[in-house]
Amino acid sequence: MSERRIVLRFPTELIDQPVISTMLERHELRFNILRAHITPDEEGLMVLGLEGTEQDLDGAMQWMRDQGVGVQPLERDVVRDEEKCTHCGACINICPTGALSMDVETREVSFDPDKCVACGLCVPVCPPRAMSVSF
Amino acid sequence: MAKTYDEINEKIKAGEVVVVTAEEMVGVVAEQGAAAAAEKIDVVTTGTFSPMCSSGAFLNFGHSTPRMKLTNAWLNEVPAYAGLAAVDVYIGAAEVAKGDPLNRDFPGEFNYGGGHVIHDLIAGKDVRLRAKAYGTDCYPRRELDTWINIEDLNECYLCNPRNAYQNYNVAVNVHADRDIYTYMGVVKRDLGSANYSSAGQLSPLLNDPYYRTIGIGTRMFLGGAQGYVYWQGTQHEPTGERNDKGVPTGGAGTLATVGDMKQMDPRYVVGVSMLGYGASLALGLGTAIPILDEEMAAFCGVSDADIVAPIVDYSRDYPNNEGAPLGHVSYADLKSGAIEIKGKRVPTTPLSSYVRAKEIAEKLKGWIKAGEFFLTEPVQPLPSPEESPGFKMLNYRPIEGEQAPPTDRLRSEGDTRLREGSE
Repeated sequence: MSERRIVLRFPTELIDQPVISTMLERHELRFNILRAHITPDEEGLMVLGLEGTEQDLDGAMQWMRDQGVGVQPLERDVVRDEEKCTHCGACINICPTGALSMDVETREVSFDPDKCVACGLCVPVCPPRAMSVSF
Repeated sequence: MAKTYDEINEKIKAGEVVVVTAEEMVGVVAEQGAAAAAEKIDVVTTGTFSPMCSSGAFLNFGHSTPRMKLTNAWLNEVPAYAGLAAVDVYIGAAEVAKGDPLNRDFPGEFNYGGGHVIHDLIAGKDVRLRAKAYGTDCYPRRELDTWINIEDLNECYLCNPRNAYQNYNVAVNVHADRDIYTYMGVVKRDLGSANYSSAGQLSPLLNDPYYRTIGIGTRMFLGGAQGYVYWQGTQHEPTGERNDKGVPTGGAGTLATVGDMKQMDPRYVVGVSMLGYGASLALGLGTAIPILDEEMAAFCGVSDADIVAPIVDYSRDYPNNEGAPLGHVSYADLKSGAIEIKGKRVPTTPLSSYVRAKEIAEKLKGWIKAGEFFLTEPVQPLPSPEESPGFKMLNYRPIEGEQAPPTDRLRSEGDTRLREGSE
């Protein structure tokens, strides 16, 4: 079994379609909605954790792409501007998953995209505004 | 054997000076003792990089045609103080852009303010200057809207009333039923975080606790350039409690600093936004401490384990001037990632970048080794604990015949409105 976290972008014409449930009928996957932002007449966004065999995961992602859903790995979603980050540490206790943490020895703040669930809490908390969410 | 400023400067000139950072000095003194360290080391460099709201800049734009005496001025829509001669203004780091929603939509984001204008100028970006005037015979022009660039300004210098707090509070949230938004960052409810802001063992005034070598006229690293101490900082308060090494256990001394923005590096002068609090400027500064004798070596040998800071509640005690610190904690413990308060493990949140503080101390070390930075003896010392009148709170005197304005308290959860009638 493998695990993947992905960002799905739904074009407006797909918003009222049961894309996720149809996908789950076709592929044996466990899923967890980490974040969803869907407004009528606008592009929808969903951050999804999926668990299943590589074959089912690949198949599901390909099927969603075929339906016109934008699919990309989660780590592309929240980004840190390395030039702007001053490694102060204001973000480390705001991050709920430990994706942002401080190395006790080097005093550098590291950002681990694999742990990031793209909640966006770090964005307004960062004093020099180094963190941003891109959809 | 004691050394003089002149002797150290001669060594700098000859390329023979021995310089270490305050972090490196901890090990030197611990291993060899203060007497041997004083023999071996000539200069110790310090550094700090942190939001310092009491910062700002004087700018002179040069005269327009026809001439104008600015009454109101905005730089990228951030108001600058124009109550000076014709084309002089002062822009404060904490000023926010016109039209910013402030805390009306709580917590406000304060995305652009005076600190950002100062950073943009130093980064060489064009900044829009808008100004109004009432017009006079000698200064007839009444409106201006143009671009300015740091290269075209006559003078532009940081002139900061208060920088480099010697030591500082550790902020916690004991009483609020929600996270609180402060100049110390977001302080989480139920003792959910302990926020601190000092470079500890690398910080300038923690390595010269009685201001023996730092005073008016002291040359320093300011924003990537060579700047100066021009006065004690506002709220300079050296009279508080000190530990057995002479290190203050709370706020204490401060520096007022000045330096040419045209020589500065935008990396060390960064506009910042404190959620729910306001705009500010994260500033990098550092000092070079002459190791004149064993006492100075011992002072600079101070480590994070030797320096303690008071734990202060920012949900009730700080805003209302109540209560007493919940205790003291060392910077070594703060830097471990968590401390214990009232039997609870509390994660720590730094607001001051130690990485960049170290970078500044290293950079200053490089300047001295390269013979580009010389030490200065203070023209006049900063007020000592004996001389200082101490720190006063406002003596509130009601205005006769006027109703006293309301005294606001922390807003409770869900109350995101400002008091009626306030801005």
